[in-house]
Amino acid sequence: MSAHTKGSGGDGMKWVGRSIRRVEDPALLRGRGRFTGDLPATHWVRFVRSPNAAGKIKSISAPDGAVVITAADIKGVKKITPMLHKFEYRPVGQPILADGEVRFVGEAVVAVVAATEEEAEDIADLVEIDIEDAEALVDSRVAIAAGARQIHAEAPGNVILKGEVKSPGFDAVWASAAKIVKIDARSNRQNATPMEPRAAHAAYDAASGRVTLHCTTQMPHLMRTAIADCLGMPESDLRVIAPDVGGGFGQKMSLCTEYVLVTWLARHLKSSVGWTEDRRENLIASFHSRDQYVTLEGAFDKDAKLLALRADVLSNVGAYSCFPTTSGVEPLMAMAEMPGPYDFQHYQCLARGALTNTCTMAAYRGVSRPVITFTLERLMDKAAKAFAIDPVDIRRKNLITTFPYKSAMGLEYDEASYRETMEMAVEAINLPAFRARQQLARERGEYLGIGFATFSERTGYGSPAFAARGMAITPGWETVHVTVDPSGYVEARIGSSPHGQGLRTTLAQIIADEIGVPPDMIKIVHGDTETAPYGWGTFASRSLVISGGATLIASRKIRAKLLKIAEHMLEAAETDIVLADGKAKVAGTDREVSIAAMAREAYTQTHRFKGEIEPGLSESGTYDPPGTFSNACHVAIVRLDPETGHVKLERYLVAEDAGRIINPMIADGQVHGGVVQGIGNALLEEIIYDESGAILTANLADYMPPTAHEVPPIELHHMETPSTQSVTKAKGLGEGGTIGPPAAIVNAINDAMAPFDVEIDTIPATPQRIRALLRNAERAP
Amino acid sequence: MKPAPFVRHVPRTLDEALKILTDVAGEDGRVLAGGQSLVPIMAFRLAKPAHLVDINEVEGLDKIADDGKTLTIGARVRHAAFHQPVTANPLGALLSYVARHIAHYPIRMRGTFCGSLAHADPSSEWCLTSATLGAVMVAKSVKGTRDIKAAEFFDGIMSTNLKEDELLAEMRLPLLPADAKFGFYEFSRRAGDFAMAASLVTYRLDGGKIVDARVGLGGAEASPRRIPEAEAELNGKAPSDAAFRAAGEAASAAIEPLEDHQTDAAYRRDLVKVVVRRALEHSLT
Ligand SMILES: Cc1cc2nc3c(=O)[nH]c(=O)nc-3n(C[C@H](O)[C@H](O)[C@H](O)COP(=O)(O)OP(=O)(O)OC[C@H]3O[C@@H](n4cnc5c(N)ncnc54)[C@H](O)[C@@H]3O)c2cc1C
Repeated sequence: MSAHTKGSGGDGMKWVGRSIRRVEDPALLRGRGRFTGDLPATHWVRFVRSPNAAGKIKSISAPDGAVVITAADIKGVKKITPMLHKFEYRPVGQPILADGEVRFVGEAVVAVVAATEEEAEDIADLVEIDIEDAEALVDSRVAIAAGARQIHAEAPGNVILKGEVKSPGFDAVWASAAKIVKIDARSNRQNATPMEPRAAHAAYDAASGRVTLHCTTQMPHLMRTAIADCLGMPESDLRVIAPDVGGGFGQKMSLCTEYVLVTWLARHLKSSVGWTEDRRENLIASFHSRDQYVTLEGAFDKDAKLLALRADVLSNVGAYSCFPTTSGVEPLMAMAEMPGPYDFQHYQCLARGALTNTCTMAAYRGVSRPVITFTLERLMDKAAKAFAIDPVDIRRKNLITTFPYKSAMGLEYDEASYRETMEMAVEAINLPAFRARQQLARERGEYLGIGFATFSERTGYGSPAFAARGMAITPGWETVHVTVDPSGYVEARIGSSPHGQGLRTTLAQIIADEIGVPPDMIKIVHGDTETAPYGWGTFASRSLVISGGATLIASRKIRAKLLKIAEHMLEAAETDIVLADGKAKVAGTDREVSIAAMAREAYTQTHRFKGEIEPGLSESGTYDPPGTFSNACHVAIVRLDPETGHVKLERYLVAEDAGRIINPMIADGQVHGGVVQGIGNALLEEIIYDESGAILTANLADYMPPTAHEVPPIELHHMETPSTQSVTKAKGLGEGGTIGPPAAIVNAINDAMAPFDVEIDTIPATPQRIRALLRNAERAP
Repeated sequence: MKPAPFVRHVPRTLDEALKILTDVAGEDGRVLAGGQSLVPIMAFRLAKPAHLVDINEVEGLDKIADDGKTLTIGARVRHAAFHQPVTANPLGALLSYVARHIAHYPIRMRGTFCGSLAHADPSSEWCLTSATLGAVMVAKSVKGTRDIKAAEFFDGIMSTNLKEDELLAEMRLPLLPADAKFGFYEFSRRAGDFAMAASLVTYRLDGGKIVDARVGLGGAEASPRRIPEAEAELNGKAPSDAAFRAAGEAASAAIEPLEDHQTDAAYRRDLVKVVVRRALEHSLT
């Protein structure tokens, strides 16, 4: 691709800020990607999963001669027991195979091993599990009600954790309010639905006794730590490789029991073992998210200024706690970030996690913020209605405009553009013209609506932010090793582990500007515990900020060393040397030396440095930042068909600010993908359990991600407020796209439904739900 | 999601196909046409046929014939064959309009008209078309040929009166009168999904009044069918908003609604009211 080398020919142009093409794409587009499921294996596993949501396992029978593994065979394997040291957290353990009891439909009970996937499935079909049915607790409110059956001995009342905050003086401020506005919001359950479902492949090496585990994960290093812990083996005997990963969206940052078992089997059989889940398994037994009830009340003064917020968050965390984040990931995120982009100082919150007989909850792109933004932004629209002012005006009154700002939760918001991005969006969408069009349409019996969502998003946060949760595993920092090899080419080994975000491209851009070589001479190595430094992987909109920061720090050290070498080789003062376009030059002269020559010198002619410069050209950088807040305003225009309840998205607009943008094309792609998932969240996607705990949406006809037909063109507008909390000045943007759509779209639906005087506060806002509201309104006198 | 083991037979002639079908009928032997319904069901192991009689190579089953009275559609004719009208009779335009609502393009390239009928999904557009227009299904086995009227062919959700050893060799649709009008409307949440309710209507105008009204409804009950109560609201009346609404209301009241997690009975009735009226409105465009 010529754009890579263009521009490096001495025009001094920076690589950062340019939409160079992704180095990842040629292989993927030509079908040359390498995924876990592509690897050949001697043995294949099929899991037999519980058909019951709850009950004691009475017996398991398998056909004669079949290789089947049950809990009884893996007694020495430790349960997965994530831990929080705060918030009345109750550590509950998850056995690798259900041990005596099942707790959700889809829980792995038996592992069948055979020579092919087909054979394993044939045998699995013949395995019978006899379960003495117990009452299934599916809904979180039912699970925590007094007298409910206890799902884990360790968690009385089925409450796994409880966070409470209340700012001093809250009650007095609350009592002084002119108006209290309230919303009871319901967010139904979702599955992140990565294109590539989960897969693992473990191979035992008889010579060394070591196991290499390929798996589709967002965090190979932590998988190694956790799996070695479960199996009681030295980490050094386990190598974990994340090859190409076909999407993760958070679902692949948690440890799944299946990966532990596949690794155990490879050691047990002293062979290679593969497992690729099918879509049904992914939908019922991977990880779910977003199942929350949120009650939110806002206390406003007589001028519609928000004074205080009171929240009650009940998160259905499923049957077990996810590792490493624990099931605090949703409720605690909700508690910390509920205040959003608004200026008020009094806050009360109760956030609980409820254990139920459903699939375990874990992170999904956006984590809780799609739900809390939905709730808060619905509340702001309801307040606007209560004060009879425009939804944009109530936001104008309440958005934070001076920075840094300390939130009611004590979080420090760095410089951002909450108000500015909203005004940008209001102008781009041409609000007055829309209102006129809406009015004309109503006269024809057509219902259009507009909805806004403004939000802030904490991104790129390091260990201090995670430490506030009291996690036994506190992630945060990243390390990067940058090496210029003797040929003058650059290799950066990173602890982060991208799965489609284009990090190999953006990190190369950062290095290119610092060292003065074009990106096509820079390789980024990741996803292999053998070659990459320990790191936390990809999640929480962190990689570009934290891994990018570490990359910059390491690159600056390389730059400093190159200048020293140039000083030696060119016999000039360091201050006179310019490093760019693959060479070091003495300013104002024709004396120059190429980086390749300097690199060669650094390895092969070190005696010339007379001990003044260390041999080699390899540096390391570690970064652990406090966190920085991105922000955006999303606007949706919908057309509602009141007779069917169908909602058509006519227009979708995003005005966002993620600080310095390293590669605008990649940034746009991240926002686009996120918005599409957010559209699913707002309108379509819902995991539905029946009362017995069986899943009614176990295929992609019943669980409905949007298709290209349901997605309108997405209009993007950008603002750049460079972050002071990030060395690259970049803020995170991986998740932002998913956060706005439920709020913007459902606000738009409610705007469209205004003439009928009904409101919907449930996501997804399905046509059936909308019709039920309108039908009741039609019946009303 | 790997199917249970099965044997695939690939006959070249109809006789051969019928012979094999008879031989394997006792072992849940099944016809494989486009595979767009059968293969997913096998992947989920909801069906585990021991034998598949693949008819994709059978000579003579790929014909579409218009003899001036009926249109005959062979068992290998794909949905995509109807993307363009197959006859100048209004039926050609009708089939072409309806075909575009079936699934997505790649599925239409493989799935067959007769396969849809044999599969008998309540939401199938072709089942609705057959029920509305009074199709005749031609079932063949080694024992002979049976002509089955649409009204007797469908027997509830994914169930027909075809016998295990019978192949639906072809189906016949009566051509429409030259002045026939038709309208079609379906509702689904995403483009290409199975309809949650669909309606096909045909009629003629005689002196400005509707005659020979046929109001077909699919996706709303266990099998698609004509709704006489709705037809009664139309025959003898001039096309009008009031008449179309009355037909919609009548259909909505007449059905025994299917229920599922995204469509309760009340919502299904709402949809029926709308799709019938909109199909009628479409007939005027
Ligand atoms: C994502 C998706 C969306 C879809 N959406 C729609 C939609 O909106 N509307 C719609 O109508 N369909 C839809 N379909 C189904 C599609 O139209 C199928 O092609 C059709 O239902 C079956 O036709 P087939 O030729 O593929 O049959 P197959 O899948 O091969 O067979 C289906 C069944 O019919 C039997 N069978 C097939 N042909 C014969 C025959 N000649 N004689 C006797 N038995 C026979 C088979 O044994 C099997 O039991 C969709 C499918 C998919 C995968």
